[in-house]
Amino acid sequence: MNVKGTLVSRPWLKGFLKRTWPLHVMLIPAVVLQFIFGYLPLGGLVIAFKDFKPYDGIWGSKWVGLEHFRFMFEYPDSKKVIVNTVLIAGLKIILNVIVPFTFALLLNEVRRNSVKRTVQTLVYLPYFISWVFLGGILTDMLSADGMINSVLQNWFGMEPILFLASGNWFRFIVVVTDVWQQFGYGTIVYLAALAGVNPSLYEAAEVDGANRWRQTLSVTIPSLVPIIIVVATLAIGNILNAGFDQIFNMYNPLVYDKGDIIDTFVYRTGILNGQYSFATAVGVFKSLVGFLLIVVGYRVAYKLADYKIF
Amino acid sequence: MYYKTRGYQLFTILNYCILVIAGLLCILPIIHILAISFSASAPANAHLVGLWPVDFNIESYTKTLNNPNFLRAFFISVGRTILGTFMTMSVITLAAYSLSKDSSVLKSRNIYAWYFVFTMLFTGGMIPLYMVVRNLHMMDTIWALVLPGAVQVFNMILLMNFFKATPKELEEAALIDGAGHFTVLFRVYLPLAMASIATLSLFSVVGSWNAWFDGLLYINNYRNYPLATFLQTVIVSQDFSKLTANPRDLLNISQRTVKAAQIFIGMLPVLLIYPFLQRFFVKGIVLGAIKE
Repeated sequence: MNVKGTLVSRPWLKGFLKRTWPLHVMLIPAVVLQFIFGYLPLGGLVIAFKDFKPYDGIWGSKWVGLEHFRFMFEYPDSKKVIVNTVLIAGLKIILNVIVPFTFALLLNEVRRNSVKRTVQTLVYLPYFISWVFLGGILTDMLSADGMINSVLQNWFGMEPILFLASGNWFRFIVVVTDVWQQFGYGTIVYLAALAGVNPSLYEAAEVDGANRWRQTLSVTIPSLVPIIIVVATLAIGNILNAGFDQIFNMYNPLVYDKGDIIDTFVYRTGILNGQYSFATAVGVFKSLVGFLLIVVGYRVAYKLADYKIF
Repeated sequence: MYYKTRGYQLFTILNYCILVIAGLLCILPIIHILAISFSASAPANAHLVGLWPVDFNIESYTKTLNNPNFLRAFFISVGRTILGTFMTMSVITLAAYSLSKDSSVLKSRNIYAWYFVFTMLFTGGMIPLYMVVRNLHMMDTIWALVLPGAVQVFNMILLMNFFKATPKELEEAALIDGAGHFTVLFRVYLPLAMASIATLSLFSVVGSWNAWFDGLLYINNYRNYPLATFLQTVIVSQDFSKLTANPRDLLNISQRTVKAAQIFIGMLPVLLIYPFLQRFFVKGIVLGAIKE
């Protein structure tokens, strides 16, 4: 018997594995769809460097170079919009790490499984509901005579607060309701990680006389630091995504000043006012910044937590 | 044992309080909207309804279900959800099977993989995609809602990892018996992957049902709006101009109880699917997070 012999004894298997055409056929639908809706639009990005007029078409329109990008930085509202975006997105990123993590720690202390499951079921729910519906419900509840204000008024004797009509309150509400919608989902990741902590570490800590608080500080939190770093650094790529769905469904002209973010601004100027080139230029800027930050984020995650995506 | 100490017992009581409050905060808005939808118009408009209906009645639901615009939008959403989920699942299942093969079997595997992953990092954005859809004459058709998002690369990778975890011996046995790749996929892999397929399908159903922005972008005629877009226009933007010229309809739509009923019906499919989804949820996330 030799190695060659075993290969020869099953030549049909080798031949069959070589017949890979069905594998290529299976990939055709995905490749074609991805080409049309993923790669063709990349070609459309040239309009960011042109003065695109729908009537002239992409090729007929005039080249203007970086004109739209220059305009983007000189436009008086741009600074405001970028500040709003980074501020809202930054707060969301920080709280969307801290709140689910804390919540997972609390939930992890529950030993009654029925309670644990019920709480989990309830807190994941908002994540699955569209901001159209959540926006409809929340704007109603937060209106001047809505449920929240009547509670504040009747129970605490407070004056009604114009949550959605004053800029600072609007920012606050946007961040809080986003955390409210997301934290159940984030909790899962940490719960899964908590389940993976080596139980013997706790036993050892207990033998050393550590109480539960001490165990949390010395065992639980250090064990979870890598996953926190991964989640936090990967989220940095989203610093220019402050949540179009949410803000679009909750804002109104009264709070544009403090609540307008890049995406809502692009929608209004680009789509509603037909400034396609300008909006695309802003989109290119956003993609580039996002991409750079993702690359940096992955690097940092790799350095600090040894995380690799592939 | 630490959990018998006084301090820990105090913590447990406090902890339960926090958890219960957090749970309630997530469900109360939905109960509130349900209560309004079942209340009479007058107390609802006077903001007298809390978590329990005042003057219980189902008038808002009969009005909603008699509104042809609402019903049409509802069925368009049902259609796009079924078609979209079917498309997505077939496309990503086929591709995921091929990508789950080693590059020793499928030489160009890594090229294909990067071809898909690249579009997760770089996208043309809203406007170039809009122009592609328009140039393909898909505007105002259901295809504009179904096709652009059909290749969900992330889900494809999840499914690929699941296929990879399937024991190779099963496949080899089938190959020895003379099966081709299509047979292996449909007779060996798919039956084993039903749980994953079901999870991803449920995610796709929820995603399609909730999608509203593509409707706003690609659909010009309000008669072709899916439900989420229709409700976005009516309830959130309060833009009735596109919808109706009949002042009585307008009055009906703008009533608070009717709005509440529309929101609730809009959420209902997701609320019904949610218990099934949730069961798979933790497992699904963990499956995707673990490599090798």
